[in-house]
Amino acid sequence: MSTDLPKSEKPAVKFAAGDFAGDRPPGDMRSAALDAWQRVRSGDLGATPAILGLLGLIVLFTALRPETFLSKGNIANLFTQALPITILAMGLVFVLLLGEIDLSAGVASGVCAAVMAKLLVDAGQPWYVAVLAAVAVGIVIGTALGAFVALVRIPSFVVSLALFLGLQGITLRLIGEGGTVPVRDDVINALANKNMPVGLGWALAAAVIVGYAATEFLRWRGQHARGLAARPIQFVGARVGVVTLAVLGGTYLLSQDRAPGPIVLAGVPWGVLLVAVLLIICTFVLGRTRYGRHVYAVGGNAEAARRAGINVTRIRVSVFMIASTLAAISGIVAASRLSSVATNSGAGNTLLYAVGAAVIGGTSLFGGRGKARDAVLGGLVIAVIDNGLGLLGTKAYLNFLITGVVLLLAASIDATARRRRSEMGR
Amino acid sequence: MPATPVLELRGVDKSFGPVKVLHDVSFTAHAGEVTALVGDNGAGKTTLVKGIGGVHAFDRGVYRFDGRPVRPRSPRDAAALGIEIVHQDLALCENLDIVENMFLGRERSHGIALDEAAMEEAAAATLSRLSVRTVGSVRRRVSELSGGQRQTVAIARAALWDSRLVVLDEPSAALGVAQTQQVLELVRRLADRGLAVVLISHNMNDVFAVSDRVAALYLGRTVAQVRTADVTHRQVVELITSGRSGDLGPRA
Repeated sequence: MSTDLPKSEKPAVKFAAGDFAGDRPPGDMRSAALDAWQRVRSGDLGATPAILGLLGLIVLFTALRPETFLSKGNIANLFTQALPITILAMGLVFVLLLGEIDLSAGVASGVCAAVMAKLLVDAGQPWYVAVLAAVAVGIVIGTALGAFVALVRIPSFVVSLALFLGLQGITLRLIGEGGTVPVRDDVINALANKNMPVGLGWALAAAVIVGYAATEFLRWRGQHARGLAARPIQFVGARVGVVTLAVLGGTYLLSQDRAPGPIVLAGVPWGVLLVAVLLIICTFVLGRTRYGRHVYAVGGNAEAARRAGINVTRIRVSVFMIASTLAAISGIVAASRLSSVATNSGAGNTLLYAVGAAVIGGTSLFGGRGKARDAVLGGLVIAVIDNGLGLLGTKAYLNFLITGVVLLLAASIDATARRRRSEMGR
Repeated sequence: MPATPVLELRGVDKSFGPVKVLHDVSFTAHAGEVTALVGDNGAGKTTLVKGIGGVHAFDRGVYRFDGRPVRPRSPRDAAALGIEIVHQDLALCENLDIVENMFLGRERSHGIALDEAAMEEAAAATLSRLSVRTVGSVRRRVSELSGGQRQTVAIARAALWDSRLVVLDEPSAALGVAQTQQVLELVRRLADRGLAVVLISHNMNDVFAVSDRVAALYLGRTVAQVRTADVTHRQVVELITSGRSGDLGPRA
């Protein structure tokens, strides 16, 4: 790829408009495979490490705990465990795309959940008022954080570290020393603890698959018809196949009766639907809108983005707002899962799990690279580790050590890949 | 020779605090021609170009574009007039592909969704109009491109819009021989398509290979603007280093 063609003797030859893309004909399996290999070699691994890691971990824990790890109840548990991490990580992807960090996202989720719980319990407000208030608090936190980073120009590491401390104080003040506030609202609790009817789960799964396949194939057909650079149809088919398998497999596992007793307990948890909707929205925003394009541009080269007329300050503030808003939603889901909010909600390893999820999924810590789906893949990996270690009865100290090592490993892969990219780039 | 130059500067001054960087500078660029802007470091080339591109305003003097007096106050204003500047550092985002870079900040969209197909077609059409055949697929990321290919993308981006004037700041400074040749051919083709091209360069070979006129700055003053065919290598070097050469340059 580095070989520039030698100077052509007849530079003035006329080409048709489509000729350019025809340098390497689109739809050719061999050139596409070469391209993919080239990308892997240059350190652009995409979702591969996360998927391989996920499969490897599942095999490992199944071998170690064959009777419990793959039990129906545990699989459902695993999914609900992954929900808050995934939502938090999805917000962090936006921040990481700019090469920034939000260390306060975890405790921000705690504050928002505390606000919601206080409104539900003490003020007796209906759930939607409490949820809206929690999200509003998230937006306020994100705006403040973003303003300090983008306008006052303090490194995001420092601002969010300050917020990390300050927000814990606010949670403590709201909940009271050492206490917990129980969340008994039916709607909130249903989010992580109730399942949709089995039939509805299948119908939604089918809708997701058909929608995804239609988008992919229609795009391919459009590109093909207009002679644009398109991946070969086999690639598109393989992608659709993998997604179909994953969605059907997940729905099948969650549609089994997992109750030990005579009562039937089956169906996809409502929270999974919430994550799916967020994933679709974030993927669209990042991949298909002008705003998303500008986020990538600022993360890749902020000066170039500024010269291209992009309002870099606005983009900076907005990603922190998105991260804190999703943190609020994550806090609500976490409160639903535990049916309570405690003083340590969102503290401890919450944030590290979420950052780990995003990085394991393939989002770069150096900015410019990452996707919303990284949060889902990485969130599942983290949940499997957390869940599997729990089943093994590992001591708490080992849990911390192992999770720390996994995060370090993912960051090392990211840093190595980045170095390879800059070596390959000439 | 066209009657009205695309760009005409007359008697332009620019100071930064007590330091007067440009004195009474005159400069013209004509459609269909490459005008080389030469001068030693500190001669005022960059200041002149920034003034043309609207990064900062000139203190005094006439700035005419297509014969009309204008006063661009920002790079946006300049772009609206049809002035594109390709900076030395190119200002490309390595994590984006060629099409995305060419349309950066000026994306086309259907409602809220980007119109990728239209952008890709327009980018490919511009590249093939410029007979660029060396970058492979337009969906390759800039990080995968060589220095010459990146320069090509930056220049093609400037030509994508209805530009009238393209200013290139040292496009071949970091390139090898073959890549320099390609970029110079591209510069020539821009001019052949009717654009006014200003080429800033330190390299006399480049200047003589591609330019129609040479303008020399010396200590913030225009010392000559002549047809390239009428001067020799040696004369241009003398203009750059001492501000005069034989009949050329201001009378002492």
